Amino acid sequence: MASRGQPVSRVGTARFAQFKLVLLGESAVGKSSIVLRFVKDQFDSYRESTIGAAFLTQTISLDDHTTVKFEIWDTAGQERYKSLAPMYYRNANCAVVVYDITQASSLDKAKQWVKELQRQANENIIIALAGNKLDLVTEQPDKRAITTADAEAYSREAGLLFFETSAKTAENVRELFTSIAKKLPLDQAGPRNPRSGGRGGVELRPEAPGTQTGGACQC
Amino acid sequence: MDDIAPEYDVVVLGTGLTECVLSGVLSVKGKKVLHIDRNDHYGGEAASVNIETLFKKYGNFNKGEEPWKKYGRVNDWNIDLVPKLLMSSGELTNILVSTDVTRYLEFKQVAGSYVQQGAGSKATVAKVPSDAGEALRSSLMGIFEKRRMKSFIEWVGTFNGADSASHKGLSMGACTMKDVYDKFGLEPGTRDFIGHAMALYQTDDYITEKGGAPTAIERIRLYGNSVSRYGKSPYIYPLYGLGELPQGFARLSAIYGGTYMLNTTVDEFEYDGSKVAGIKATMEDRGGDAPMKFSTKCKKIIADPSYFPGKVQVTGQLLKAICILNHPLVGTDNSDSVQLIIPQSQVGRKHDIYIAVVSSAHSVCPKGYYIAIVSTIAETTANHHLELAPGFERLGRIEEKFMGPPTPLYSPLESGVNDNIFISKSYDATSHFETTTDDVRDIYRRAEGHDLVVEGLREGTNLVGDE
Repeated sequence: MASRGQPVSRVGTARFAQFKLVLLGESAVGKSSIVLRFVKDQFDSYRESTIGAAFLTQTISLDDHTTVKFEIWDTAGQERYKSLAPMYYRNANCAVVVYDITQASSLDKAKQWVKELQRQANENIIIALAGNKLDLVTEQPDKRAITTADAEAYSREAGLLFFETSAKTAENVRELFTSIAKKLPLDQAGPRNPRSGGRGGVELRPEAPGTQTGGACQC
Repeated sequence: MDDIAPEYDVVVLGTGLTECVLSGVLSVKGKKVLHIDRNDHYGGEAASVNIETLFKKYGNFNKGEEPWKKYGRVNDWNIDLVPKLLMSSGELTNILVSTDVTRYLEFKQVAGSYVQQGAGSKATVAKVPSDAGEALRSSLMGIFEKRRMKSFIEWVGTFNGADSASHKGLSMGACTMKDVYDKFGLEPGTRDFIGHAMALYQTDDYITEKGGAPTAIERIRLYGNSVSRYGKSPYIYPLYGLGELPQGFARLSAIYGGTYMLNTTVDEFEYDGSKVAGIKATMEDRGGDAPMKFSTKCKKIIADPSYFPGKVQVTGQLLKAICILNHPLVGTDNSDSVQLIIPQSQVGRKHDIYIAVVSSAHSVCPKGYYIAIVSTIAETTANHHLELAPGFERLGRIEEKFMGPPTPLYSPLESGVNDNIFISKSYDATSHFETTTDDVRDIYRRAEGHDLVVEGLREGTNLVGDE
C-alpha cells in the first residue's frame, strides 16, 4: 500500500517516477506472459488467460540515480469482446500493444488497438509495439507470418517504439520496457494518482472500529 | 469469439452500479459470471457522459448546430446522470475498501453541505454544522436552541437501542421521532434541518412513524460519522464522475474471471418450467464485423429494471435538471462542490429539493465550470419546471439546462425466487448510495440465500503482484 501513487521525488540527486502502463492486443498473443517475464522473470506455457491481478508493478533503474516504476494494468480479459472501460485508458502514460508474429491477423488487431489508444488515451502517450513469440520462428522460420520489416515500417510511420520479443526466452523483454522508460518525460511526469495530498484527495481506508476519526494517513 | 462458456452461474444484465457491485462480489466468491449490456458503454443509468453525448441525449439544440463545441474538449466532461454523492462512512465506501476497488479510483471530499431556510426573496443558505464549533457559530439556531441541539446530539451519540437506560424514559418501540424532538424541546426549524439535512429524509413522514426513532437516530449518526471521517462535509466523490464506480467493480469482476460483453442484446430468455435456464443473445460489432449470435445456460439472472419491463412497477417519478454553470453557488463560500438541500416545508412542498454541485476540482469539467443537478420527486403531472424553480433560484445564471420528462423509478414486482430472475431498483431520489447498497444486499440475499459479507473479501486474495 505504501508504494502506490508516489510523485516524482528527488532525494539528493536521485529521481523516482511512477507511470501507468496498459497492455493491449488480441487474446492469446502473450500480453500477460510478457509482463510475467518482466515482473517475475517467469514463463508458463500453459497458463490460462489473464494475470488475475489488479496491476503488477516493476521498477527499473535507468542509471545510478534514476528509477522508473511501472504500474502495469492487464486487460483482465475485457478486451476479448471489446468491452474495455474508459477507466483502463485513463491517465495511462504508456502502452504496450502486442501481436503474435506467427498470426497475420494479430498485427491488424494491434493497429486497431493503436487507433483506439489515440482516440481514448492521453495525447502524449508513449506506445510500443511488441511482436511476440520470437522463439517460435527461431526454431521454425517458416512459422513467421509478419516480417520484421513490415512491422518496423508501420511502427515508424505511426511513431511507435518497436521490438520483436519472446516472453518464453526473455529476448528483448527488458529492452522493451527500458526503451519505454527512457522515452517517458521523467521531469514533468505526474504520478498516475496524486491521491491524498496532491489535489486534496482522500484515501479510503477501513474504518478503525470504535473511533470516529480516521482519515489521517496511518503509514 | 468462440469461447463463451456453455453455462454460467449468473448472467448479469446492465452495467449500472448495483449490477457491477454484485458481479464483482459474486466473481470474487468464485461464481462464473457473464455480464452483458445492450449499450456500448458501462454504467447504464449510472454512467457519466461527455457534453456532446448529453446534448444529443436531451436533443436541446437545432439541427446542424454543435453547441458543445463552445465548451472545450468534449472528453474533459464527465457529467453524471444520477445526482448522488457517497457518504464517507456509508456502506458503498465500506464495499469499495473491502474489495480494494479503491485502487482504481481517486476520491475527493465534497466541500460543504448546505441547507436553505425560508423561500423566495427571504431565502438564506446556511452550512449544516460539521462539528460543535460550527454548530455554535451557526446562523441556523438561536443561543438557547443551540444548547438544546447540543444535548440532543450528545444523546444521539450515546444512544443504544438495546439499553433502555439510554432512552430518556421513552419507549423506543412505540414512540415517534416527534416524541423525541418534544423531549428535547427542539424548535420546528431545528427539526427541519435535523430530519432533512442530517437524517436526509425527503419527506416529513418519518416524524409520526411509531417505532421509527431508532432508524432516524441511526441516520443522524451516519451523517455525523461521515462528517467526522474527513471533515468539511459527509460526502466524497470520485474523480471523473460517478461512472467510474461501475467500471471499477466491473474490472474487479473481470479479474476474478467475469466475462464482459457490451453492445449485446438479449433476444430470448429460456425457461425450464418456471425458472430461467438460459439466454439467446447477439453481440453487435462496432468494427463492422458481422454480429455474433450465441446462447448459454445460466442458473440465475440479475438485471436492471429495463431488461424486464413486464416484471417491474413504477413507484415514483424523479424530476431532475442538469445545469452547467460558470460560477459557484451564492452563499456557499465559493465551494468547488456542495450539496444544498431545500427542505419541503420551506417551499410548500411534500418532498425536498436537492442540489448537487461538482466542478473541475473533480475532473468532471474544464476549469471554471460547475455542474449542478437539481432534483426532487414529482408532485404534479405537469409544471415540472415550476417544481424545480426554488432550486434554479439558488443557481443564479445558468449556461445550459438539460431537463427531460420525469424519470420513472422502478422496483421489481416479485422477489425473484420463483423464476430466479433478480431485478434491481432504479436509483432513487436520495442524495447518496445507501439505498443502492441496501438493494445490493437485498438482491444478494434473495439470489444466494444468505447475507453478503464483504468484510474480509480481500483476505486470501492477492490483487497486486509482489515486486
